[in-house]
Amino acid sequence: MDIFIQQVVSGLATGGIYASLALALVMIYQATDVVNFAQGELAMFATYICWSLINAGMPYWGAFLSTLAIAFVGGIVIERVVIRPVENAPILSIVIVTLGLLVICNSVAGWIWTYVQKPFPSPFPAKPFKIDNIVFGAHDLGQIEVTLLVLLCIYLFFRFTPLGLAMRAAAHNPVSSRLVGIRVGWMLALGWGLAAVFGAVAGMMVAPVLTLEPNLMGGVQIYAFAAATLGGFTSPGGAVLGGFIVGVVENLVGTYVSFIGTELKFTVALAMILVVLLVKPTGLFGSTVVKRV
Amino acid sequence: MSALLEVQALEAFYGRTKALHGVSFSMVKGGITTILGANGAGKTTTLRAISRMVRTTGTISFEGQPLDRRATEDVVQLGIAHAPEGRGTFVHLTVEENLRLGAWARRERGSLTEDFERVFGYFPVLRERKRQAAGTLSGGEQQMLAVARALMLRPRLLLLDEPSLGLAPLVVREIFRILRTINQTGVSILLVEQNAALALDLADHVFLLETGRVVMDGPSDVLRKDDAIRRAYLGY
Amino acid sequence: MSASRLPRIVGLLALLTGACTLPFVLSNFRLFQFSQVYVYAIAILGLNMLTGYNGQFSLGHGAFYAVGAYVSAIMMDRWNVPYGWTIPVAGVLCLVIGFLFGLPALRLEGLYLALATFSLALAVPQILKYFEHWTGGSQGIVLSKPNAPWGLPLSPDQWLYVFTLAVLVVLFALARNLLMGRTGRAIVAIRDNAIAAQAMGVNTALYKSLTFGVSAAYTGVAGGLSAIVIAFVAPDAFNVFLSITFLTGIVIGGLASISGALFGALFIQFVPNWAQDISKAAPWAIYGVFLIGFMYVMPFGIAGAVRLALARLGRRGTAARA
Repeated sequence: MDIFIQQVVSGLATGGIYASLALALVMIYQATDVVNFAQGELAMFATYICWSLINAGMPYWGAFLSTLAIAFVGGIVIERVVIRPVENAPILSIVIVTLGLLVICNSVAGWIWTYVQKPFPSPFPAKPFKIDNIVFGAHDLGQIEVTLLVLLCIYLFFRFTPLGLAMRAAAHNPVSSRLVGIRVGWMLALGWGLAAVFGAVAGMMVAPVLTLEPNLMGGVQIYAFAAATLGGFTSPGGAVLGGFIVGVVENLVGTYVSFIGTELKFTVALAMILVVLLVKPTGLFGSTVVKRV
Repeated sequence: MSALLEVQALEAFYGRTKALHGVSFSMVKGGITTILGANGAGKTTTLRAISRMVRTTGTISFEGQPLDRRATEDVVQLGIAHAPEGRGTFVHLTVEENLRLGAWARRERGSLTEDFERVFGYFPVLRERKRQAAGTLSGGEQQMLAVARALMLRPRLLLLDEPSLGLAPLVVREIFRILRTINQTGVSILLVEQNAALALDLADHVFLLETGRVVMDGPSDVLRKDDAIRRAYLGY
Repeated sequence: MSASRLPRIVGLLALLTGACTLPFVLSNFRLFQFSQVYVYAIAILGLNMLTGYNGQFSLGHGAFYAVGAYVSAIMMDRWNVPYGWTIPVAGVLCLVIGFLFGLPALRLEGLYLALATFSLALAVPQILKYFEHWTGGSQGIVLSKPNAPWGLPLSPDQWLYVFTLAVLVVLFALARNLLMGRTGRAIVAIRDNAIAAQAMGVNTALYKSLTFGVSAAYTGVAGGLSAIVIAFVAPDAFNVFLSITFLTGIVIGGLASISGALFGALFIQFVPNWAQDISKAAPWAIYGVFLIGFMYVMPFGIAGAVRLALARLGRRGTAARA
């Protein structure tokens, strides 16, 4: 039972990372019908920037917040400069552009910082917590807290601020949004900025565990896809919940099902995607878009 | 009387198809003008042209300011609110959120309480449904919401596209009664309608579009009272 | 009608003649590269049939490619089947598998089908390594390049070039027949408006599954050819990047276009090499720039850009004549 709780908490920690990245994917998908394949690589790039800042002497939380700011601006710039020229092109063409971004990010990161694995610091103490007989990693708990804090801020932003309302409107109905004076293009850019922030949080939380290298987010992105599929690509809340569920399931399956060692854990994510798609493609909380013929 | 809106030699294009062939008209401040015509005549296109949602040539000026080079968002900020065809409600957002968005373009945002009170005064049912998702409202209520949202802008010109579409006659009459009240507070209205009788009753000026051209332009009284003209153009 | 067809036929014949002279002009290595281009073109045409013409997004065609390749390899390696016979077997097997896969796929639209096929593509290398007894596991299967038959004075690379070119011509001609006729119109109608197509009597379920099958068959044949041309198969060559490469090929080449398959194949074969020539340090970054650049300039692919250019020339021609 103790092990069960430990694994659940541990699963929630990794789940938070999947939730962050899944939220980024879903935000952009909802507004544009495009799956941003480069989301994970942009997150990796942001994490490297944080690493550079820390290496230059900045304290951790200063570097963390600066990286979030840089990621935000970066996301906006990428949307306005790279995506905007093709925003009216067929969807697959835009997907290819995100693929281009993916390879550019990965390659440039390898060029600037090399492919050697680098340790990335965790801001949380190394000593584990102990409650009764259950051991909790401090990083795991810290990770959950950070993720929940970021998610809470975002929820409050979207729910209660005028700008958040405008962004929701722009994603939901761009034509009517223009008719009330919302500059939809800039709302989209803000969306990319926020998505980049979520990605950066995910990257900086997972880097201490996986060690920093250009292919850091490859596996995480797959889990994020599983999370978004499970929760529903049309539901940001669902994607977040999906992330936590995927994290917990992944950990529990890895612990309790004997023949699934660390390599096949991956297959669990894939199996989840396929099962969800066969049973309810729109996910737990997604809704089918009803189109008038 | 100063012209509020002046349109000259307006041509509008959907891709390479020309939908308006040199439409010219003007509106005075404080008036209600209605655009009548059959399906496909170009009524909705005219409103879209003013809101800069289609490609046009020709001139459009509002309160002396040219609109032709502006974007939709700028036109809204100048004080023109457009309740589009099909209402354009944000169906997943609440009634209150829809109304809030109506005021988005106003620079001096301040408190919206006064505006909320005003629109709830016109449409009490919206106050009851404040927290409901707009998509759950009935057709009539959504039309009221569309007009209310437009009013949140405190517009000087209200563009209304087929407010009677799909609504029960009683509801339509109520809405038109409220439109008259709104006009009396100084909001000019440009109304596109298929229900010619109701529109002629409300408006003081009318013009008739036929396949993208103005074929008649004059006070609505004339069209209403002259049987021959009315039968010729409106068939009744 | 015949007036506008004549220039096309002449053009195609000129292209074919040019292609046939290459074996006598190019080095063995270059011929090997062009054989790869033809193989990719067949695979990309297969994917284009499904995604471009029929609107079903597949991010998993690498799986069919892998099936074709391994079927060919196993038949040649274990049972000494002559390479020529492995191609139709690979094709038929993939046709059946594709059709069977097309049935559950009927329930998935757009993004969801893409996700499902993406997951399958991810699983392929693992599955291949798992069935080591058949597939040779991570080591793969080594084959030998066949010699030219009937004592023709051609090197293996020259012969394989001719072989793949021949298969390409046949398959492209078949595809053209299929896609330009009634079946093609039904397939495209389903893409544009499935409900309307159904209302007009098109059996959408059957056509969609069949298209999946034929698409898989083409890609499977390409896979089989690749095993013969490269003379080696190994699981890691058939990872998800292969599927993504095919997708890149159809978009860059041009969706819903047969000639687009050839353009796309040329792109995915040669541009990575050019990228490496330009920058040894970050070749993939250059490749990414190429991808983005192409989409800016030709959002409808190379074939789309060609079509646009020809249309403009045509209009100017009629204006001049008028």
